[in-house]
Formats: sequence, C-alpha cells, structure tokens
Amino acid sequence: MFTAEDIRVSLGGRTVLGGVDFSAADGQVTAIVGPNGSGKTTLLRAMTGELGYSGAVRLEGGDVASLKPWQLATRRGVLPQSTRLAFPFTVLEVVRLGLSAGRDAGQYDLPHQALARVGLPGFEGRFYQELSGGEQQRTQLARVLVQVWDPAPEGRPSWLFLDEPVASLDIGHQLEVMQLVRDYANAGGGVIAVMHDINLTAMFADSVALMCDGLMVKQGAPEAVLTNDTLTTAYGCQLRVNTTPPTGKIFLLPHVAGSGNARAAVEKS
Amino acid sequence: MAVTNHHGVSGGLRAGDRTLRAKRSRLVLVLLVLCVSVLSLDAGASGVSAWEVLRALVQGSEISATDRVILLDIRLPRLALGLLVGASLAVSGAVMQGLFRNPLADPGLVGVGAGAGLGAIAAIVLGAALPTGIAVALGNYTVPIAAFLGGWITTLVLYRISTRRGRTSVAVMLLAGIALGALAGAVSGVLVYRADDAQLRDLTFWGLGSLAGATWAKVLAAAPLIVIALVSAPFLARSLNALALGEASAAHLGIPVQRMKAVAILTVAGATGAAVAVSGGIGFIGIVVPHILRVAIGPDHRYLLLNAALLGAALLVGADMISRTVIAPAELPIGIITATMGGPFFLWILLRNRGVLDL
Repeated sequence: MFTAEDIRVSLGGRTVLGGVDFSAADGQVTAIVGPNGSGKTTLLRAMTGELGYSGAVRLEGGDVASLKPWQLATRRGVLPQSTRLAFPFTVLEVVRLGLSAGRDAGQYDLPHQALARVGLPGFEGRFYQELSGGEQQRTQLARVLVQVWDPAPEGRPSWLFLDEPVASLDIGHQLEVMQLVRDYANAGGGVIAVMHDINLTAMFADSVALMCDGLMVKQGAPEAVLTNDTLTTAYGCQLRVNTTPPTGKIFLLPHVAGSGNARAAVEKS
Repeated sequence: MAVTNHHGVSGGLRAGDRTLRAKRSRLVLVLLVLCVSVLSLDAGASGVSAWEVLRALVQGSEISATDRVILLDIRLPRLALGLLVGASLAVSGAVMQGLFRNPLADPGLVGVGAGAGLGAIAAIVLGAALPTGIAVALGNYTVPIAAFLGGWITTLVLYRISTRRGRTSVAVMLLAGIALGALAGAVSGVLVYRADDAQLRDLTFWGLGSLAGATWAKVLAAAPLIVIALVSAPFLARSLNALALGEASAAHLGIPVQRMKAVAILTVAGATGAAVAVSGGIGFIGIVVPHILRVAIGPDHRYLLLNAALLGAALLVGADMISRTVIAPAELPIGIITATMGGPFFLWILLRNRGVLDL
C-alpha cells in the first residue's frame, strides 16, 4: 500500500498542490488524470521526493522520507516524462544503469529481456540519442523495469511510478506498454501512472485519481470517477461518457453538440 | 553526442556492449604509457642515453656524476611530474564533464584553473605573511594547498550559480566560468603587481605552464592531492553514470546525489589545484582526452576515468618530450604544444556537434 496524506507543494510562492490525499494499492494500476496544470506531475514528483512538500508519504506504512536512497531504489522505479542524455550511451548501456541499483545486479540477461518486453528487441547497439522520442521513452521504461524487475520479491510489492508512460507512443505501443503495466500489477506489483488518455485509463486502471487546480477531485474505481459531471467540471468542456458493448468499459467522446473549442480541448488533453 | 557511426555499436551477441573494448584499450594504454615513459627518459638536450645509465646502474659499473644527476634528478622527476599532472588533468576533466553533464566542462575552460592559479599566486606572494608555525607545517605544500582551495571555492561558486533546482544550465556555467576566470585573473594581476623581484621570478617560472624545473620536492608536493583524486575517482564512476540521466533519476537509482556531488567537486578541485600548483595551467588535456575515449570506448565512467588517467599521462609526457627536443637545446613551453594539438581538436568537436550541443 502506498499513501500520501495532505500533500502541499508551493513553487515560487504559488500553491501548486493544496492538500492532496492519494492512495494506491499493490496489485493494482492507479492512474492520476486531470487537465494540463492540474498538478498531476507535481503530485508524482512530490511523492517520489523530487520536490519538497509538507504532508506524509508512506510506503507499506513506513515514512518514505526515513528511507535511504538505495533502500528506496530496490523497491521503487521512477520513469520521468522524458530523459535527455549528456553522453553517447548505447541503448544497452542505458538499460544497464537500472541494474546497478536493483536487487538483480547479477542477472546480466535482464536488460535484453526488458528491451524485448517494451518492444525494442535488437535495439541494444543503437545510440540512445539517435532514437525517436517514443523509442527513448520505452528505453527508459526498460531501464526502470530492470531496476524493479520482480513485481513482488518475497511477497513484498515493487512499485512503478510512471509519468506519462504512453504520451509519446503510437497506439500499438501504447497498448503494449499498458498491457505490460497491467501484467506487472497482476503479478503483485504496484503501478502509479500519470495519464492523459482517459480511454486507455478506463481500459487498464483499477483506480483513478482525478485532479483539478491542485486539488484531488475524486479517487476511486473508473466508473465512479469518470462520469459526465466530474469530467465536464474538471476539463471545462462538454464530454460524454459511453460504455463499450462487450466489456462495459468506459470510453469518452467530446459532446457532439459541443463547439470546436470543446473538441480542441479534448484533443489537447 | 554520437560522433562515430550512425548505426550504433553492432557486433552480434555483444551489440551495444563496449566493456570488452574498454578493457582491451586499457591494456593498450598501459603499454603506451610505458613506451612514452621510456622514450621520455631517453630524450633530452644533453644526449645522455637512459639505457647506458640504467645498464651501468644495474651492473654496478661507474657512471659519471653528471649522467646520474641528469637521469635521476632531472629527467626522472620530470617524467613523474608529467605522469601525475597529465593523469590529473584528464581525470578532473572527465569527472567535471560527468558532474555538469556536458562534454565541454573543463576546469581550465570554466575558471577553475584560474581560481587555482589565484590560490597559487596568493601563496607565492603572500606566503611570507603566514604565521611561522603554519608556514613551517605546510612547507612545500603551501602552494598546492592554496591552489586546491582556490580551485575548490571556484568550483563551488560555479556550481551554485549554474545549478537551479537540480538542473545545471550549461550556458550559465560557461558564462559564469568566464566571469569567475576574469575575476581571478584580475586579483592575480594585483598580486603580481605587488610582488617583489624574487617572487616575480618564482611566478614567471610557475606561469610558463611547463614541467621544466621539475624536482622531487615538487613531485612530492603534488602527489598526495593527485593520488587522492585518482584513487577516489573510480568510486564516483557508477554515480556519474547514473547522473547522466539527470539528478532526479540518479537519486531514484539509489545514488546519494548531494554527497556524491560534494566528493566530485573536491576531487576535481584537488587534482586541478595540485596540477596547476606545479605546472602552471596546461590546457586542453582535460577536454581532448575524455572526448577521444568517449568516442573510442563509450561514456561509461567505470572505464572512462581510469583510461583517461592513462591517456592523459601518456599525452602530457609525450607533449613534454616534444617540447624538450623540437628546438633543443632550447625548450618550447608545453602549453604551446598542447594548445597546438588541442585547439583544432576542440574546434573540430564543436563543428561536429553544432546540432546536438544545444547551448
């Protein structure tokens, strides 16, 4: 179980997060959604210790702030929105950086497995800087996976914190990565992902946290959170929630009667 | 900044893995250092053959006092100093580039050398004002320690200015480095102006940027700080690799980033300070050597740092050998040799990477 209580963050005198509660269970995919500037990434960065915050962040009941960096590194991997590299590392060398921290330091086959898992088999010898944005993001995901490869070593869950893991990917790779994330949770790990795509969120997440203006609007099951009212209020445009016939999963369309602005707003988000 | 081939590093099962190449090149570099060292001992204005002297020493036969002095008290300390300074310049360049996440960061380029120089000049000019007890206790180490402090303070200020919220701005770093270097140069100028004749002679010799006048005392004065830096650098390697991903990602990989940065800054300042104190400031080794190696074996600091030390040592001893022999019996300042080699190389790096440097 991962919990954050009353998280407040101020940047440059401006309140970015004004007392947010959040929780994520292991064995589940928990998505954080909301419009641009709603504080999703700020919440993730506060919870991973990248930003100073007031409040309490707990991993399995223990205060995260009391753990040493190397202790945290064996239990949690963090994928940033994008990563630029200063030097010409190959893809294999980048993915291997995950090995040095994780508990699987002896398993030199892992980077190859991880690359295959994110759809980049045979990319080992390519230079990271010459990859496309989506390929770079999947390389970084492979690195994070290698770091916390086992979703539940000795019954204790590992965690993936992902900031927009599929934002720069094509639809095929979006589904591939979301399925990977789903499998990780099914195997006992915990996944927390900042998401923009509501439809993918509804399809793969067990719990959704909807944020707006630095506050948590609602957190719960997708069906409970992704409703016409909450989404229309949060995103400021007319949206209609529908369900797909076979599974009853939610999908979202901009309101047909909405203006061009509404459609633009949906595409942007 | 990939400047080799654009299809990546291929090679079947070992694709993308440059470990073996790095290990092999280390062996080659060790041999190179040995060869250059032997050649350097043998070369010089006096025409004394190192072989004959060594053979005579081993066989216990008579050698002239002059030959013995030339080999053991002039060429040998000069070789030792060259190895130490070359290794130190290259390693501090590599560590600083890793720390700032930029292949252009070099102690000489961003004012750290000038800061260390200011420390050294201050020690030479104002050293007499030190309380006798401290002066005696520091002895030969006064200038290296002052240079170390100067380099350390400059690096610290530079890092503080150019880093905000864990992100180092390269543009700010280069500009701040120019400003700090100019400031250190101005203060150095004031000190030189105040110096008396004897001090001026010391300063002139020091400022030539040369290994000439190497003595065992100088070697011993520089050795501790440089050896500490060389020994501690490999412990930074894993952290510097992680730091290439950015400070936040390095922390998520379990690196104690703040502590590691402090150690890296001390290492660079120590190595640069000691090198500047004994050799005046020799440019370009710190940029050229790590860059060549990144192209040849990749940027993995576990191999880069040690190989840089070896290549830096070999290059500087080689350059020194050229400086002693090319217009013998006179000497060309070694700074001219390294600048002649390094300047065009540096421009070539810039031209090759205009698109990706993103300053």
